[in-house]
Amino acid sequence: MPAAFFTAAAQPAPQEPTGFFTDATLCIGCKACEVACKQWNQLPADGYEWRGTSYDNTHALSAATWRHVAFAERPCDGGGRSAPAALAPPPAESAIGTELGAPIRWLMVSDVCKHCRQAPCEEACPTGALIYNEFGNVYVQQDICNGCGYCVSACPFGVLDRAESDGRVHKCTLCYDRQKDGLEPACAKACPTDSIQFGPLSQLRARARQRLEQVRARGEDQAYLYGAEPAGEYSSLGAFFLLTDAPEAYNLPAAPRRPRAHLPRNYAWTALTAVAMAAVAGWAFAASFGREAAAPRRPAEAENEVA
Amino acid sequence: MAQPFSPGSAASDARLRGAAEVDSICPYCAVGCAQKVYVKAGRIIDIEGSYASPVNEGTLCPKGANTYQLVANADRITEVRYRAPYSDHWETRPLEWALDRIAQRLVAARERDFVERNAAGDVCNNLPTVGCLGGATLDNEENYLIKKLFNGGLGIVSIENQARI
Amino acid sequence: MPGLGTSFGRGAATTSQRDLQHSDCVLIMGSNMAEAHPVGFRFPLMARERGATLIHVDPHFSRTSALCDRYVPIRAGTDIAFLGGVIRYVLENDLWFQEYVRHYTNAGTIIDKNFTDTEDGDGLFDGFRPRQHQYESGAKAWNYASEPAAPPTETPPEIGAESWSEKLAAIDNADPKHDDTLQHPRCVFQILRRHFSRYTPEMVASICGCPPEAVAQVAEALARNSGRERTSAIVYAVGWTQHTIGVQIIRAAGILQLLLGNIGRPGGGIMAMRGHASIQGSTDIPTLYNLLPGYIPQPATARQHETLARYLRQEHVANGVWSSFPKYAVSLLKAWYGAAASPENDFGFAWVPKIDDNYSQLPYAYKMAQGQVRGYLIFGQNPAGGNPNARLARAGLRQLDWLVLMDWFETETASYWYKDPDGADPKKIATEIFFIPAAMAAEKDGSFTNTSRLVQWHDKAADPPGDARSDAWFVYQLGLRLKEVYRDSERPRDQGLRHLTWDYGEDAERILPDGTPSRIAGEPDAEKILREINGYRVADGRQVAGYHELQDDGSTACGCWIYSGIFPEKDNNRARSRRRTPGNPAEPEWAWSWPANTRILYNRASADPDGRPWSERKKYVWWDAATRRWTGLDHPDFPPDRDPAYRPGKRSHQMEAIGGNSPFILKPDGKGWLFAPSGTRDGPLPTHYEPVESPVKNRLYAVQSDPATHLYRHKLNRYAKPADPKYPIVATTFRLTEHYLSGAMSRHNSWLSELQPEMFIEMSPLLAEEKGVANGDWITVWNARAAIEARALVTPRIQPLRVDGRIVHQIGIPFHWGYAGQVVGAVANDLTSLLTDPNVSMHEAKAFTCNLRRGRHARVARPPRPNAPQPWPEWQPMPQTPPAAQPEGAALRERRR
Repeated sequence: MPAAFFTAAAQPAPQEPTGFFTDATLCIGCKACEVACKQWNQLPADGYEWRGTSYDNTHALSAATWRHVAFAERPCDGGGRSAPAALAPPPAESAIGTELGAPIRWLMVSDVCKHCRQAPCEEACPTGALIYNEFGNVYVQQDICNGCGYCVSACPFGVLDRAESDGRVHKCTLCYDRQKDGLEPACAKACPTDSIQFGPLSQLRARARQRLEQVRARGEDQAYLYGAEPAGEYSSLGAFFLLTDAPEAYNLPAAPRRPRAHLPRNYAWTALTAVAMAAVAGWAFAASFGREAAAPRRPAEAENEVA
Repeated sequence: MAQPFSPGSAASDARLRGAAEVDSICPYCAVGCAQKVYVKAGRIIDIEGSYASPVNEGTLCPKGANTYQLVANADRITEVRYRAPYSDHWETRPLEWALDRIAQRLVAARERDFVERNAAGDVCNNLPTVGCLGGATLDNEENYLIKKLFNGGLGIVSIENQARI
Repeated sequence: MPGLGTSFGRGAATTSQRDLQHSDCVLIMGSNMAEAHPVGFRFPLMARERGATLIHVDPHFSRTSALCDRYVPIRAGTDIAFLGGVIRYVLENDLWFQEYVRHYTNAGTIIDKNFTDTEDGDGLFDGFRPRQHQYESGAKAWNYASEPAAPPTETPPEIGAESWSEKLAAIDNADPKHDDTLQHPRCVFQILRRHFSRYTPEMVASICGCPPEAVAQVAEALARNSGRERTSAIVYAVGWTQHTIGVQIIRAAGILQLLLGNIGRPGGGIMAMRGHASIQGSTDIPTLYNLLPGYIPQPATARQHETLARYLRQEHVANGVWSSFPKYAVSLLKAWYGAAASPENDFGFAWVPKIDDNYSQLPYAYKMAQGQVRGYLIFGQNPAGGNPNARLARAGLRQLDWLVLMDWFETETASYWYKDPDGADPKKIATEIFFIPAAMAAEKDGSFTNTSRLVQWHDKAADPPGDARSDAWFVYQLGLRLKEVYRDSERPRDQGLRHLTWDYGEDAERILPDGTPSRIAGEPDAEKILREINGYRVADGRQVAGYHELQDDGSTACGCWIYSGIFPEKDNNRARSRRRTPGNPAEPEWAWSWPANTRILYNRASADPDGRPWSERKKYVWWDAATRRWTGLDHPDFPPDRDPAYRPGKRSHQMEAIGGNSPFILKPDGKGWLFAPSGTRDGPLPTHYEPVESPVKNRLYAVQSDPATHLYRHKLNRYAKPADPKYPIVATTFRLTEHYLSGAMSRHNSWLSELQPEMFIEMSPLLAEEKGVANGDWITVWNARAAIEARALVTPRIQPLRVDGRIVHQIGIPFHWGYAGQVVGAVANDLTSLLTDPNVSMHEAKAFTCNLRRGRHARVARPPRPNAPQPWPEWQPMPQTPPAAQPEGAALRERRR
């Protein structure tokens, strides 16, 4: 691990890990979370750009936008509660076809930093700016961050972003300052429908599983939890979701990649490549002394063997 | 292995420590969400929903969450502006000057246009050429003063608010 | 809201938002609740989570539609046709709540034999005077049979004197002829059945463009969730009111809810979602031309109100709560004119101006455009962007001699003289303009009345900045100056102002909550004003406990009788009460709700005729036989000791005329009005009329649109003919969560502006294809009045409808933009027209016609490019806060792009 470049403060005692459970079936797309976040953290607006993509005009998480509501207008595949247009008639003689009058479902969910339990950004940070704080949340220490941006490319969700103003990386702090004083994070507090819930992760997960059963029982067969449990190479998330459509519909990766999970293999490739290069060099050296040297093996073949 | 905490991280806390907490109501729509306004040194530093309210129970919509920006806003006008007839710009004027002048304008209109009996001979006692608009964003007490002074005092009849739009 | 007042007695939502969580079915119609009232929408969503069915019927698929179980698209302006279809279905299939209807409504009351229905008059009731475009008043036969002829109350339509008493005066007998079997051909029930008999599912579908089965589905859902054990609620907003037939749409909802037995019961009712923080308050304590506080009618020349005696006689109501009208009126005069108001001088009645014309907002804007208005004072309103036909409004503003504005930001109205892209050279505009900076709610004390009649106090947290002042400060200080001008006048016309009680100064230096003294001098004490509104005894100044203590002899003063009880003791401001009541969902200790702290109106109807709860599940207010009093979770909205078995005699008057089974105590007969014998100017029953601008002819009647609508001819205010091929597209305006009304409180705010930064218009992919428009293209929309440009948002959420055999396209226009603020765009209201409905002088912005094409609008000067994002915040560190507790955004204060 890198040496501490600063006078480390006293390590606070770990608390029960906290996080967010965001339930898409309750989201009304109001964006109160976005504004409450900007208000508490006094973040600037990202700019006034109309995008024509449903009602999404902030478009993505950024250094100044730490909550972002995604919208998706999807064709309705029939059945289920969120088939609100089920009564809607297609115009009988539509020139274009009935598709244009077909019922749709309008998906909304509030995205945020996932506060991964094993966070690639933390793993990539060379300065010690990114830490797990005492609540188990992933936190960028502003007095440490040097703006190198390694974390930006490490994050599979595109959460981390470097600000042009101060050159540092800013993202959701999970209202670290508020949690320290026993206050609920601003977004979860503001959310009118409790689509965003905050609490100890163990409780949130239990609540989410219960909620999932409830939602499925009333006909939302496609509902599932995203990030509540580890999946593939990825850890569970400190901010997980209940969704009713494919992750891609909400701009979430179906299988997020954690760079460090690939490290052993990458190191192995590197080592083998080095060996192969040495072999090539040796062969070239030998070849310069005689035509009877053995035929070389290409590095690619060596890689294939490793794989 | 845990990274160490920086001094800034260790010292951070919510800025509400030591702030006065004041009960308020959201100024936007008619749902009537209760708000907590936090004040330090005469300055509002934060506005959030009030958990106590049975209406909103701590929550707010994006506009309610934005209330702070109504208070602290670079666009907000904080001095009296005056535009003279045919002028192409604003001028800044003292508040007292403006009040005096507005009172003069009202008195002049009243002296000129007050109707004791209309053309049909009906008793009116009204001032039909001056109107007053707005009230749905104001307090009940303010609406009461407007109706009382302008209607019961001056005789202005076109007193209206957003109810018809 | 006369739609509610006419049906039930009070012009206000019958229930509280919070109570919607107890509904088993919620029909949201004419409201985009999830977007316009997101926090209020929590309660229908809670109900949904408990198994309730949520239904949205609306021309525009919004975020509300997305969260409901059922969405039914209809053509804008056809709500009565749809509701009429539902009413017919409920009647024909015997789905109505028989015991409720028989006892609590006027279903069995027999109507005058001369009454003619629209079914017989091809769209007209009896008594229509075609030349005057109005129904005759007073003598018409929309009345209970065998009544003594009501006194002629000639009220020309240009005077919208909506006094409740006027409306009620037509019925002086609490015991009209009645047929309990509901079989008499002229009883209300049978008239209702005939009136809606042609509103069949097929007819509804051909008018509204919805599938025929939607009518049955909605009716079944509502009926299944109504009755003894279950209740359904209806939620509406300006999607219903902003029509020529708005009052009648609400009447239709009232009829439906009475038939289903849902008024006065938990989880039932009609919830009117209003737009502004205190729009209910500013109707109760009205800044309205035709009302005095507490819905007391403004004296009017047309109603012969020369003297107090004539006024009281004309507005007299024999029975019910309004029978004490003289007490409310005299107490108001005492509150205004103090010691100078005496029996000898009619309590100063002559000083109250009389209305002799329609001075409501829109006709006044028309007068202004004709140069008939000299001066205008505007408090926090934005007519240059918010008025229907905003172009006409701006043309009017340009003709004023002087204009006083009180606001926070430079709105469209504050900058019309130099920023209006459609305006004139400032050097040609003579108006003298004063802009007074205003205080924000957190910077002053006072109360707002929310959409559920809940009066909530806000405390002053800090002084407003600079010269910004509360509106109360401005009016109070102006009043002091004006009183000084007329101090010694002996002219009769000045005596009202001279004697106006105006003693509201603060008694002590104001210390702010953070311990610092306020620097603002001359602020009126808001609690003194609320104490006057509550009322007091003149002799000793003691507060009255409620309006029952008011007198008509000058011994009491009361600024607004329906608010009486809000400040029952000198130090008990109940609007400021912030206590929860665990176990009682009505939360009676949180603030104060008029009348008499009642949360659900007409709640006697939550019990059966014998006074027992209809069911354990829907228990709310009931008769306690042991104590012989009404009791329950809420304040009983009923005479507290009225035995359910009590029946009035022929000679019973005032409150004695209210039977123990008559929950609607403001009505002279105590019944909910399925048929409204008075109270509306366009008929006793709702009837489908097309909007003034419609792409189709009325399928039901020869009469195309509401015959009593008032149109205003002006070159800037032309109307399209019915089915005009030049304007085949239906337009409706709507709201977005991220913005507020004309944008005055949102487009100066970077956090909201970035969320919806540009004016756009929603259209279906089919219409886009027809017009060659791609998503994101600039389009121009025009009609008979104006043309505007916007970006096209092509979305499958908007669906073409099949109406009367052909495809009708609708577009949705958000109305939040203008030329002032950080994000700018076309003013949607440049397209809407100025006209007034017969009942409340309301316009029709929710249904009009237009056409559109691809491309920008060349004729109008392009609005300036949206300003660059404001660096936010204008950073000053938070005071008395260590660096580590400063918000992280402080580091991001530089402009990013």
